Amino acid sequence: MANGESFIIHLNGRPMRVHAGMTVAAAILEAGVASRLSVRGEPRQPLCGMGICYECRASIDGQAHQRTCQILCRPGITVVAG
Amino acid sequence: MSDAFDLVVVGAGPGGLAAAATAAESGLRVCLVDDNPAAGGQIWRTRLADGPAKAAARWLRRIEIAHVEVRFGWRAVVSPAPGILRVEQSGQFADLEYAALVLATGARELFLPFPGWTLPGVYGAGGLQAFVKSGFSVRGKRVVIAGTGPLLPAVAAHLRSAGARIVSVVEQAPMRRLLQFSASLLGRQAGKLFEGAAYALRLAGIPYRTGAWVMGAQGDERLEKVTILSGLNVLELDADMLALGYHLVPNTELAQLLSCELDRGYVRVDELQQTSVKGIYCIGESTGIGGVDKTQIEGRIAGLAVARKPDQARTLVGARDRQMRFVRNLADAFALRDELRHSPDADTLVCRCEDVSYRELAECGSWREAKLHTRCGMGPCQGRICGAASEFIFGWKAPAPRPPLFPVEVATLAGAAESAPVRSD
Repeated sequence: MANGESFIIHLNGRPMRVHAGMTVAAAILEAGVASRLSVRGEPRQPLCGMGICYECRASIDGQAHQRTCQILCRPGITVVAG
Repeated sequence: MSDAFDLVVVGAGPGGLAAAATAAESGLRVCLVDDNPAAGGQIWRTRLADGPAKAAARWLRRIEIAHVEVRFGWRAVVSPAPGILRVEQSGQFADLEYAALVLATGARELFLPFPGWTLPGVYGAGGLQAFVKSGFSVRGKRVVIAGTGPLLPAVAAHLRSAGARIVSVVEQAPMRRLLQFSASLLGRQAGKLFEGAAYALRLAGIPYRTGAWVMGAQGDERLEKVTILSGLNVLELDADMLALGYHLVPNTELAQLLSCELDRGYVRVDELQQTSVKGIYCIGESTGIGGVDKTQIEGRIAGLAVARKPDQARTLVGARDRQMRFVRNLADAFALRDELRHSPDADTLVCRCEDVSYRELAECGSWREAKLHTRCGMGPCQGRICGAASEFIFGWKAPAPRPPLFPVEVATLAGAAESAPVRSD
């Protein structure tokens, strides 16, 4: 971020440019989408930001239920949220 | 895979860093584990590209020089046998063997349910700060900050510097209690800080409302309005985001899993931070919410105690106790008002993982009954959010957690089931 390094990730089928050091949760928030749908189908977004609440969980590269607030974006990852 | 250490420290916040550095500088083989991708805990969280906070960097340098093995991005999930801690990272695990263990697991935010608190756009105050530091932009966003404590003006200042438009800071404590606190001898220092922060908010034209709290959040799919009660007035504030900060809840789950005894919700420790289980120490917020200074002193005490330097450790006890007295005074000033217990309406969800409403829970008599009948607390957060909320609303005591501490792949647990649980006797 300080030196502007950035790369592309894929969020819900769309390419998104993110800065190095950005968490997947921050990317989800930045895109303005839900991280997951609740049991009743409500859209939810990350809440606690510290790996506790599990509201930020989404699928990363096919691995479901990842706590996105604790995971940094890597070039080319595929995130499926909501 | 097993690795043997004189000391394993869980949590690389201020306390864990201090404990690991202090012990390693005495020649101990130390491993420092943290769930987060970087050290510093919540308080010293920075934007990753900016490098660690100055205070954290000082400890990190000492840790590097003293050859502490660090495992960031790994979390403790279970203790398959006495003296072994299993840590996990995206499906992989490692067993860390320890002679001594320091638990520096910190605290999480207390969330109090009210209608609309599950809407996107509603975040923890510390949570929103963490999101901003990890790349989320709040530039131009209208933010209401609500809850209690000196954290609120600090969060307002941080978010404002990140470009947010702070609509209001909403403090539930009444002004007379805050003034008493400011005037109190022990609170003098924090009182000044607090007055300074409140003054800075006024200068910036940000309304700081005391004796006011959030009644509800409204919006279609995401937050649009926040309803607050301020005195006798119900106010509707247009907002893009609501940041909530209602005190902290100690993370005692790992200590409980290791059979460490609690005292009024906190891990019970002796003069040198040892828990009821010999060789297991606990420091920081889990032993009593006390902030960054108390936590670092406790980390040094534990590090010295583990390194068998009790006399040196004892020289720090007085400083720790002074910190603790000061913090108790702070907690009294910002005690939560009873009305907040009545914030949820019948349809308000209390358990966000399983979507269990207040109505369903109100029919139950205990946490255990609630779990059995409604699945409250049975989701992946394992009651960390709804358990603390239910304790506040219903007065229920949550029972000790069961392993694993977090949902993990079955493979991570394989081989653990038949091991004897760790006991203090």
